[in-house]
Amino acid sequence: MKLWEIAHSRTGDKGNISNISLIVYKKEDYDMVRAKVTAQVVKRHFKDIVKGDVARYELPGLGALNFVMQDALGGGVTRSLAMDKHGKCLSSYLLEIEI
Amino acid sequence: MKKIRIGSGAGYAGDRLEPSLELIEKGKLDYIAYECLAERTIAIAQLAKLKDPSKGYNPLLEYRMNEALPLAFKHKVKIITNMGAANPVAALELVANIAKEKGIKGIKIAAVFGDDVFPKLDKYKDATVWETGKTLAELNGELVSANAYLGAEGIVKALQDGADVVITGRVSDPAIFIAPLIYEFGWKMDDWDKLGKATLVGHLLECAGQVTGGYYGDPGKKDIPEPWNLGFPLAEVNENGDAFISKVPGSGGIVSEASCKEQLLYEIHDPSGYITPDCVADFSRVHFEQAGKDVVNVYGASGKAHTDFFKVSIGYKDGFIGEGEMSYGGPNCISRAMLAREIVDKRLKIRKLEYDELRTDIIGVDSLYRNSTSPLASQPSEVRLYAAARCKTREEAAKIGNEVETLYTNGPAGGGGATARVSEIISVASILVPRQDVKPELVVKELK
Repeated sequence: MKLWEIAHSRTGDKGNISNISLIVYKKEDYDMVRAKVTAQVVKRHFKDIVKGDVARYELPGLGALNFVMQDALGGGVTRSLAMDKHGKCLSSYLLEIEI
Repeated sequence: MKKIRIGSGAGYAGDRLEPSLELIEKGKLDYIAYECLAERTIAIAQLAKLKDPSKGYNPLLEYRMNEALPLAFKHKVKIITNMGAANPVAALELVANIAKEKGIKGIKIAAVFGDDVFPKLDKYKDATVWETGKTLAELNGELVSANAYLGAEGIVKALQDGADVVITGRVSDPAIFIAPLIYEFGWKMDDWDKLGKATLVGHLLECAGQVTGGYYGDPGKKDIPEPWNLGFPLAEVNENGDAFISKVPGSGGIVSEASCKEQLLYEIHDPSGYITPDCVADFSRVHFEQAGKDVVNVYGASGKAHTDFFKVSIGYKDGFIGEGEMSYGGPNCISRAMLAREIVDKRLKIRKLEYDELRTDIIGVDSLYRNSTSPLASQPSEVRLYAAARCKTREEAAKIGNEVETLYTNGPAGGGGATARVSEIISVASILVPRQDVKPELVVKELK
């Protein structure tokens, strides 16, 4: 099963940092997602894109995780050579993770 | 208990206009705030002001105010916006002229500025640039602008002076929503918990449609009614700082716990320490509760004291990006696009292109996630080569598009739709400056 089946996500950017949320549709899925989608798993999933560290913040009340990925956007929106300079499409790639 | 209704009129510089007019007409609003100033927008506005001193504000200000100002005057809704960008005073004059043309009398228009620290930038030569880790003096490229992210203070003063329209330069995005709450409820500027709650309201509203089902739909999974008629959000806030987020009944979109959660976590990094000029907000214990169709109750934010610094965004010229694109379709299209990529790479080597970074993608295969994605399950029926390089000069950057274009007569079979482009890069460098160095300034104009 892909994360997409049970969770949704949005990406934002600040400079060269990408911020991706991961929000479960049903609260009962939160503990499993929290256990499986660690910062290390996310760092490995984005290995060709994210050059820096990945930090994870937990929001059990909302059933959400928030990932902050350093050095993730090819220098940031102003100078990146990527088609998607903001990294807006990275949220959909997070939801590709198999769990 | 006193309640204030604030609408969100725009979530970025070029946003739709109609939803804000709908809010002013039908939202029973006290205020509407238009957030139109991204990180780099003000540097570009500063360049426009250098060319023409009467410009440098948001290019859509006139279009928006022609429609919104008479409507807001009629419905007694005050307007707050950062559309002043690099030139809030010129923006004030423009809005005053619109008011005169429309026969609007008895309004006060304010410009809030003081955010421009470019003239005193020499003082901060030794400040560390976040993006490079080096000092500001070591930054390569001509500096074009420097603006501090001010908080709500200047806008609050404008409202205390009776302003009906407040036009600012650089302020934090939430500040244009926080200020009316401070003013209306008489909150102290060091009531950190209240400011934390107000910051939450501002953060949920500042991207407009992003909390009402915009940037959210996923057919079959998250279906959104009439996204082409998306309603923009409004918040009804009480004097404790708790709020209901909703939209005009009958408009498109949705307001749900899930749509609010997506916007809550948008670009905030650490939810327990969201640093803004007015406070350090804590969103880690925020709760959303569906209170009705498209109405969500939001509470549980708090705050701590602001830091002793303002963040300053410095715009600087950072070279040029050259781009070229070409499409391939039909059988074997990926192989032909990959050959085209190899040809462009080799040609740029032969011509000894001088560049800082070169990147070639095949749109439809690896432009978003590089090599990370699993092999394609099926062949796409069309793909597009995309080549881009960052160069010091416009002439070098133009070579990329030129080499892609020459694929027409020199490349693989059946390439079509070549495009080429060169754009100047205005990058942003961020530093911190001591808070006491920057004070908001104010001009108020009354039309009797």
